[in-house]
Amino acid sequence: MSENKKLTAWDVVQIARDKNRPLLCDYIDGICTNFIELHGDRRFGDDKGIIGGFATIGDNKVMLIGHQKGKTFEENLVSNFGMGSPEGYRKALRLMQLAEKYKIPVVTFIDTPGAYPGLEAEARGQAEAIALNLAKMSDLEVPIVVVVTGEGGSGGALGIGVGDVILMLENSTYAVISPEGCASILWRDGAKAPEAAEAMKITAGALKELGIVDEIIPEPKGGAHTNHTETLANVEKTICKYLSALGKLSTSKLVSNRFKKYMAIGKF
Amino acid sequence: MGWFNSKKEKDVQVATVTTEELWQICPSCKAHIYKTDWEANIKVCPNCNYHQRLTAWERIDLMIDKGTFRELSTSVSTSDPLDFSDAKGKYLDKAAIVKKKTGLKESIVTGSGNLNGTRIVLGVMDFSFLGGSLASGTGEKIAHAANHALYHKRPLVIFSASGGARMHEGIISLMQMAKTCAAIEKLHKAGIPYISVMTDPTTGGVSASFAMVGDIHIAEPKALIGFAGRRVIENTIKQKLPDDFQTAEYLDDHGFVDAIVKRKEMKNYISSVIGYWNH
Repeated sequence: MSENKKLTAWDVVQIARDKNRPLLCDYIDGICTNFIELHGDRRFGDDKGIIGGFATIGDNKVMLIGHQKGKTFEENLVSNFGMGSPEGYRKALRLMQLAEKYKIPVVTFIDTPGAYPGLEAEARGQAEAIALNLAKMSDLEVPIVVVVTGEGGSGGALGIGVGDVILMLENSTYAVISPEGCASILWRDGAKAPEAAEAMKITAGALKELGIVDEIIPEPKGGAHTNHTETLANVEKTICKYLSALGKLSTSKLVSNRFKKYMAIGKF
Repeated sequence: MGWFNSKKEKDVQVATVTTEELWQICPSCKAHIYKTDWEANIKVCPNCNYHQRLTAWERIDLMIDKGTFRELSTSVSTSDPLDFSDAKGKYLDKAAIVKKKTGLKESIVTGSGNLNGTRIVLGVMDFSFLGGSLASGTGEKIAHAANHALYHKRPLVIFSASGGARMHEGIISLMQMAKTCAAIEKLHKAGIPYISVMTDPTTGGVSASFAMVGDIHIAEPKALIGFAGRRVIENTIKQKLPDDFQTAEYLDDHGFVDAIVKRKEMKNYISSVIGYWNH
């Protein structure tokens, strides 16, 4: 870990995007028992970029929702590189409301370059789908644990990322815009992405200091991709710890704490 | 070709300098309109119905009965949570210049006032303040306006005009999307009206948060409304987008706005809608 502290923000971006980094499917295989995938938004279709379903993590029965990246190019064509479509965000909301009905917590896994910027996504209301999730997650009456495992790409991440607890893997990132995007706008040069990454404070460590992240989940030396088993064990342990703590709160306390937490974000 | 075009544009500029005070050239259809007519038509082109952007205070004057507006959150001002600098220098220096130029402290003005005699809480974004971007101060003012509306049981109306979240405040800006939506969700639970008016432009993190969770979604004619930028989408799908893509009319066709309302009818339209609130 001490070695990782010397990494620049741009180094961390590379690790967060490493093709061998554990993906949602690895977490499902490794830390979930009895995963029952649930399909479709009951409106238009079934997004493969955001998937979800019932899962058991440790002793906890939860609703698991996350961005699905692929391990191969072919898989990525199916899952659209983990870029959610409106159908994905609407499916996520349907599953969260099901979790509320069944009184089980929600656990979300975030790993996306961003919500899909496409013609169909706009036509079917990408903005509206994300916006509605933000509103509904803010007062969902079950615990929500959010884990940023790789790339936390802007509104596409936040669309399933409002919760009681925000956890980040040590080498994951979370940003309002990609470093490349920020650099091309504010530096007028996409090649200045390393500077933009540093300035935007997108690493787990920086976001913990800003008070946005509650806990950093340690990764093995060199990054999560070097040892999946150890990474998965750390993730499982941390999720279970927070599920247990949140489970002790009354519903009203849970929801009012969440509201207060978001109201307190900002400096003005 | 580029040289030829740029010379031509220069020539046009030279030709209009002397008549600048008299004429307004419509940015959309290029028609020459008497400036007095342009202003009398509240900055809407009588030829093509182009709605020019308004400042926050121009909009407030249009919407609120004279002398009844009381501003909220007057002490909220742009801050710098990340200690951010880019190629052009410090964020706070840039903000200071914009504050001086616009006379605003953030990208939105909020307050309470009467709309045709009904007390409402109003928020109006101003695109001239850093592209109307959503930052800490903006989010705080919207959340406070929503809380104020909740406490006093008054309808909330927000006019959006924004390119999206402000990059200079990084994740803190992104989180304002959640903060504003959480505050507005309380109004939904309490049965207090929230009307969202999308003006040119309403994109990115603003369209993907408080602008899109209204009871009623109103758009001004031809306003640009969408999530991702046009160029980003064209680069992604490698094809040209239709001309009307991400316009108010396109959103109306696709079922995401209730109505497109002309500027001069806006106040009475909102007043009529609020009139259906039985409380």
